[in-house]
Amino acid sequence: MSARHAQTIAFALLALSTLLVVLPALFMVFFLVRNGLPALSAEFLLGEPKDGMRAGGIFPAIVGSFCLVVGAITVSVPIGVLTAIYLSEYSSDSAFTRLVRLAILNLAGVPSVVYGLFGMGLFVYFLGFGQSIMAGALTLSIMNLPVIITATREALQSVPPSFREVSLALGATRWQTVRYAVLPNAIPGILTGVILEVSRAAGETAPILFTVAAFYLPGLPQSVFDPVMALPYHLYSISTQVPNISAGMRYGTALTLVGLVLSVNVVAIFLRAHLRRKRRW
Amino acid sequence: MNEGNAGKPPGAMAGPPRRTVTALEAAERVSGPTPLAEAPETIVEVRNFNLYYGAFQALKNINVKIVRRAITAIIGPSGCGKSTLLRSVNRMNDLVPGVKTAGQILVDGEDIHGLGAEPVALRKKVGMVFQRPNPFPLSVFENMAFGPRIHGTFRKSEIHEAVERGLRAVLLWDELKDRLKASALSLSLEQQQRLCIARLLPVKPELLLMDEPCSALDPLATERVEELMQEMKENYSIVVVTHNMQQASRVSDHTGFMLLGELVEFGETREIFTHPHDHRTEDYITGRFG
Repeated sequence: MSARHAQTIAFALLALSTLLVVLPALFMVFFLVRNGLPALSAEFLLGEPKDGMRAGGIFPAIVGSFCLVVGAITVSVPIGVLTAIYLSEYSSDSAFTRLVRLAILNLAGVPSVVYGLFGMGLFVYFLGFGQSIMAGALTLSIMNLPVIITATREALQSVPPSFREVSLALGATRWQTVRYAVLPNAIPGILTGVILEVSRAAGETAPILFTVAAFYLPGLPQSVFDPVMALPYHLYSISTQVPNISAGMRYGTALTLVGLVLSVNVVAIFLRAHLRRKRRW
Repeated sequence: MNEGNAGKPPGAMAGPPRRTVTALEAAERVSGPTPLAEAPETIVEVRNFNLYYGAFQALKNINVKIVRRAITAIIGPSGCGKSTLLRSVNRMNDLVPGVKTAGQILVDGEDIHGLGAEPVALRKKVGMVFQRPNPFPLSVFENMAFGPRIHGTFRKSEIHEAVERGLRAVLLWDELKDRLKASALSLSLEQQQRLCIARLLPVKPELLLMDEPCSALDPLATERVEELMQEMKENYSIVVVTHNMQQASRVSDHTGFMLLGELVEFGETREIFTHPHDHRTEDYITGRFG
């Protein structure tokens, strides 16, 4: 086989596998939109489920998922970012920081159902939150932490060391250096981590299964200690527990879930693009 | 005292700071290891200073006095410790893990490693210009405002004034006054390096440490930055590290030659370049090595 043939074959293989990555994504979106779009209506999006969830809307589940995502991100982003700043900007390599890094790695490898069981044990029973938004959001936030921390650390480490040097040489304290010279340049990278975790918090079923999700609960939560319906669990329930339900209900729910994640991410992506335009090096 | 007219450093008109003269200093004043015509005021005094990176000794028993409002050049081959010495003066070496020092560095008569000595206060007094121009990826204005802001100036009018005064001092104001909002990274390298020098000025330093400030610049830009240095020594003391001997001989009043962590020779630039006392200095400046 000549070098030229090898080149052609290699190129074809590369192009083919790239195509294989794009196809499922396109297919999924196409399928969801084609089957789900007809089901979307004002009543579906803003109404309560009726008739054993075979009719009506999914508004309580939308609100529930939204609360969980916002709750999880509100807890995990500050803790994760501060931890990453400590690890990357303040601490030296010590037994303690090695332990912390090991813990983060381990958290990243824990299956999501284990988070669910852990959350049930700690938040639902031990701390007595019951099945509630509080317990669910906290469970999701722990699941989010490793990615937020890792993304933030990588973002901080990609900020050129000269920025820190200049800032310190101008007489800034270490905290001022982090706050004004390093962190602003790391925010786009941090947002990438946040975007990933918004999708995970919105989409995971296992961690909320035992901690918050209600099978059927019309009406909206009154406090963070109320259980709620959530989109992924609702999708799971109507697909497995409710016989004789129209496919439109299922695809509509799935499309709404994807849409919710997408709309939260679009905000973050625009914010990131805006911040990147302002700072380039 | 800090009314800040024409960017004069604080203490410019206050006369020499009063401090007790030690026996050692008195002896030195009589015999005088540095044969200067008169004894001008010293801004930095390095006494028996040693610095170790782990087991490696980078600076060996350095003794030198840097004269106020003059340009002092430190020359020597790569790795001789000249940048390390420079970075010791504003304690930037503190950031390198495993650094140990012995001996003293006095800035304005105060031991910078002494009890209660704050690197933050020291670095306000001692500004640094780096080898590569390193503006923040922000606008010209934001770069200039960084110093005043971290030191607690937030009034818009004050910041604007500081920005203008700083840019005027490095002769950038006329070029950039209409482009203050442009990204600092869109400037030419020379403008960037000038901006980096200007960025120090609102903090009101007395001493400027320049670590090969022209090595990223073309000859024409280098010449202009050298002119700027000459102009700035009216108000500031400057220590410049350079591997460019012509630069040292052109701009500096005093020159120190370093080799393998030792300060081999220090004196008036004219003297060093015409009648070096040490054969190693002579070998280096005549281009036999380095």
